[in-house]
Amino acid sequence: MSGALLSVENVMVDLPTPRGNLRAVDHVDLAVGAGRTLGIVGESGCGKTMLSRAILQLLPKKAKLSGRVMFDGQDLTGLSAEKLRKLRGRSLAVVFQDPMTSLNPVLTIGTQLIETIQEHLELDLAQARQRSIELLAAVGIPAPEQRLAQYPHQLSGGMRQRVAIAVALSCEPQLLIADEPTTALDVTIQAQILDLLAREQQRRHMAMIIITHDLGVVAGRTDEVAVMYAGRVVERAPTPALFKRMRMPYTEALLAALPKLDVAPHTPLPAISGRPPDPTRPLKGCSFSPRCRYSAGRCTTEKPQLSPAETQEHVYACFHPIAAGAGA
Amino acid sequence: MMLQVASDPLMKVENLVVEYSVGGKTIHAVSDVSLEIARGETLGLVGESGCGKSTLGRAVLQLRQAVSGKVLFDGHDLTTLKGEALRQMRRRVQLIFQDPIASLNPRRRIGDIVAEPLVIAGVKDPEERKRRVSEVLSAVGLDPVLVSGRLPHEFSGGQCQRICIARSLVLNPEFVICDEPVSALDVSIRAQILNLLEEMKARYGLTLLFIAHDLAVVKAVSDRVAVMYLGRLCEVAPSEQLFARPAHPYTALLIEAIPVPDPDVRPTQSVPVGEPPSPIAPPSGCRFRTRCPRADARCASEVPELRVVAPGQYAACHHPLV
Ligand SMILES: Nc1ncnc2c1ncn2[C@@H]1O[C@H](COP(=O)(O)OP(=O)(O)OP(=O)(O)O)[C@@H](O)[C@H]1O
Ligand SMILES: Nc1ncnc2c1ncn2[C@@H]1O[C@H](COP(=O)(O)OP(=O)(O)O)[C@@H](O)[C@H]1O
Ligand code: SF4
Ligand code: SF4
Ligand SMILES: [Mg+2]
Ligand SMILES: [Mg+2]
Repeated sequence: MSGALLSVENVMVDLPTPRGNLRAVDHVDLAVGAGRTLGIVGESGCGKTMLSRAILQLLPKKAKLSGRVMFDGQDLTGLSAEKLRKLRGRSLAVVFQDPMTSLNPVLTIGTQLIETIQEHLELDLAQARQRSIELLAAVGIPAPEQRLAQYPHQLSGGMRQRVAIAVALSCEPQLLIADEPTTALDVTIQAQILDLLAREQQRRHMAMIIITHDLGVVAGRTDEVAVMYAGRVVERAPTPALFKRMRMPYTEALLAALPKLDVAPHTPLPAISGRPPDPTRPLKGCSFSPRCRYSAGRCTTEKPQLSPAETQEHVYACFHPIAAGAGA
Repeated sequence: MMLQVASDPLMKVENLVVEYSVGGKTIHAVSDVSLEIARGETLGLVGESGCGKSTLGRAVLQLRQAVSGKVLFDGHDLTTLKGEALRQMRRRVQLIFQDPIASLNPRRRIGDIVAEPLVIAGVKDPEERKRRVSEVLSAVGLDPVLVSGRLPHEFSGGQCQRICIARSLVLNPEFVICDEPVSALDVSIRAQILNLLEEMKARYGLTLLFIAHDLAVVKAVSDRVAVMYLGRLCEVAPSEQLFARPAHPYTALLIEAIPVPDPDVRPTQSVPVGEPPSPIAPPSGCRFRTRCPRADARCASEVPELRVVAPGQYAACHHPLV
C-alpha cells in the first residue's frame, strides 16, 4: 500500500453505548491512490459512515479510534485540531447523503462558497466570487451568478447536492469522500451527479471514495470496490474482477437482491433474510453466518480472515467461497 | 381518450386536475390525468420527485380535493360522495406512506397504531380488534406478542414499513396505494418488503397503485406502468413492453439512467443536465420539451394527447420512438 495517497491501516472504531461497547469499524485496511476511485458498499449500519468519519477525523467525541490513517505521508490520527481543520477544507473534502449536512441554511450559496475559498486559498473577494461562479457552472447549475444570492432551501434536492459538491471541490482537494451522495435523489439526477463526480475526479486527478448500498452505482464508476459487513471489509477487489468472479456469499447476495430489468414482473426477489447482527453483540464466527446459505462447519465458531483469491488485489473473508465459474 | 383495460375497472380516474396555491401562484401538480386499474392488477406509477405522484394518490383517496375530474371506485364517484357514504368507501381504499418512520405516531404502541383504522371504522369489540391486529401483524412477519406493546423507535426502517403495511391491511381493503414504500430502505430490506407486498396482494386479493421513482423496482411488481412528468402522464404500457420498447422520450431517458450492476456497461453520458422546470409555469405544449432531444416547433405549441402507439401501449408525444 506504499505510494497510495490515503491508506487506512488496521482501523477500529469503538463507541460506548448503554448496551455495551459497539465496534462500528473492525480491523479495516484500505488504500486509494491519486486519480483513483474506491467504492465502499454495504447495508445500512455496516459501518460505512463511521469509517469515512474515521478517515476525516470527524468521529463522535465519545468514539475511540485505533489504527493509522495515513494521508499524503502523515498520520491524521495524531494531528492537532487546527491542522486537521486546515486539511479538511483544503486537501480532504466530503459530500454527505443529505446536502443540508454540509450546507449552512442561513447563509447564501455565495457566502458559503466565497468564505470556504478565502479561508483556504489566497484570493481576494472579487477573485473568490469569480471562482465561485465558475464552480457552480462546472457542476451544472444554470444561471450561476444569480444563484450566489440564493439560500439552500430555495433549491431542489439535486441542485443542493450540486452546490455541496461545488463547495467540496472549491479548494481542489486531493481526496473527495462522497457518502451516499445520491441515495436521496431520483435516478435521472443520480446519474447526473455521478457523472459530474466522475468528470471532476478525472479532470483534477483527485482520489475519490464513493460510499453506497447499491452495487449498481459502483459497477461502472470505480476502479476498486470494498464490500463491508458488520464493520469489516469482507471482500475487496478491482471492480472488473469483483463483478466477474465474486467470492464472498455476502457480495453475491447483495447483487442478487437488486431488482433486475431483464426479469419478468412478479418474480420473487432473492432477498437476504433477517438483519445484520447487533453490533454490541458480536458473533464468534463469521458475522454473516446466520443469513448465509453456504454456512457450515467452522463458519459459526471461527472468524474468517481476508485472504487472496487469484491475485493479491482480490481478497475475501470466507471459509466456503463461491466456486470459480459460479456466482455472478 | 379511454385507456380501457377491463370492462369494469376497480379504479378509474378521469381528467383529474389538482392544484396547490402558494403565495398567489398556482402549482399545477396534476393536470388532466386519466387512468384505469383493473381488479387484481398492480399499476406502477413512476416519475421524478415533485412530478405529482403523491398528489395523485392523495386526490384518489380524497385526502386532497381535486379542482376537476372524477375518481370512480367500483363505479362510485368518490369526488361527489360525502359523510357516511364516503367513509364506507374509504374503508376499502388504503394508503401506505412514503416515510415509514415518520408516518407512525412515536408515542403510541404498535398494537394501538395498527388497531387505529378499526377504531375509526367503528369496530367496537376489543377482542375482535385484537384478533384482526394479531392476524395482520403475523401476516407481515412480525410476532404480535413481541411487538404490540412496543413503540415505533424500537424498530428499524424495514420493520416500521411492515407495521405500516399491517395497518393498511387491517380493514381488509380492496385497493391499496403504496407511495414509495421502499425508497427509504436499503437494497436488502427493499427486496424483503417488495416480496412481502406481493405476498399480501395474493393473500388478500388486492389491487395496487404502486408509486416509485425507481423503474427497476416498479417493474419487479407491476403489470402495467404509467410514467408521469410534471403533472401529466407521458406513457402507459404493460411492464415488459414499456422496458423493451419505450415510446416516450422521457421513458427512454428514465430507463437509461438506471445504474446497471455490470462494469462492462459504461454509464451513458447522454442524460441531459437540467432539471424539471417549475410546475408553477410549466412549458407550453409538451411539458417535457425543455429536456427532450426530439423537440420541435410543434412540441412547443400543441399539447400531445395520450394515444395508442401499440396494442395496450399509450404515449403522449408528437414524435414517439415506436
Ligand atoms: N453516534 C453514534 N453513537 C453510537 N453508535 C453509533 C453512532 N453512529 C453510528 N452508530 C452505530 O455504528 C454502526 C455503524 O454506523 P454507520 O452510520 O457507520 O453505518 P452506515 O453503513 O453508514 O449505515 P447507514 O447507511 O444507515 O448510514 C451502527 O450500528 C450504528 O448504529
Ligand atoms: N401541501 C402542498 N402545498 C404546496 N405545494 C405542494 C404541496 N404538496 C406538494 N406540493 C407541490 O406539488 C408538486 C407535486 O408534489 P408531490 O405530489 O408531492 O410530488 P411527488 O410525490 O411525485 O414527489 C410539487 O411541485 C410539490 O412541491
Ligand atoms: S464464512 Fe461461512 S458463513 Fe461466512 S460467508 Fe463464508 S460460507 Fe457464509
Ligand atoms: S412531444 Fe415533442 S417534446 Fe414532447 S416528448 Fe414528444 S418529441 Fe419530445
Ligand atoms: Mg451512512
Ligand atoms: Mg412523493
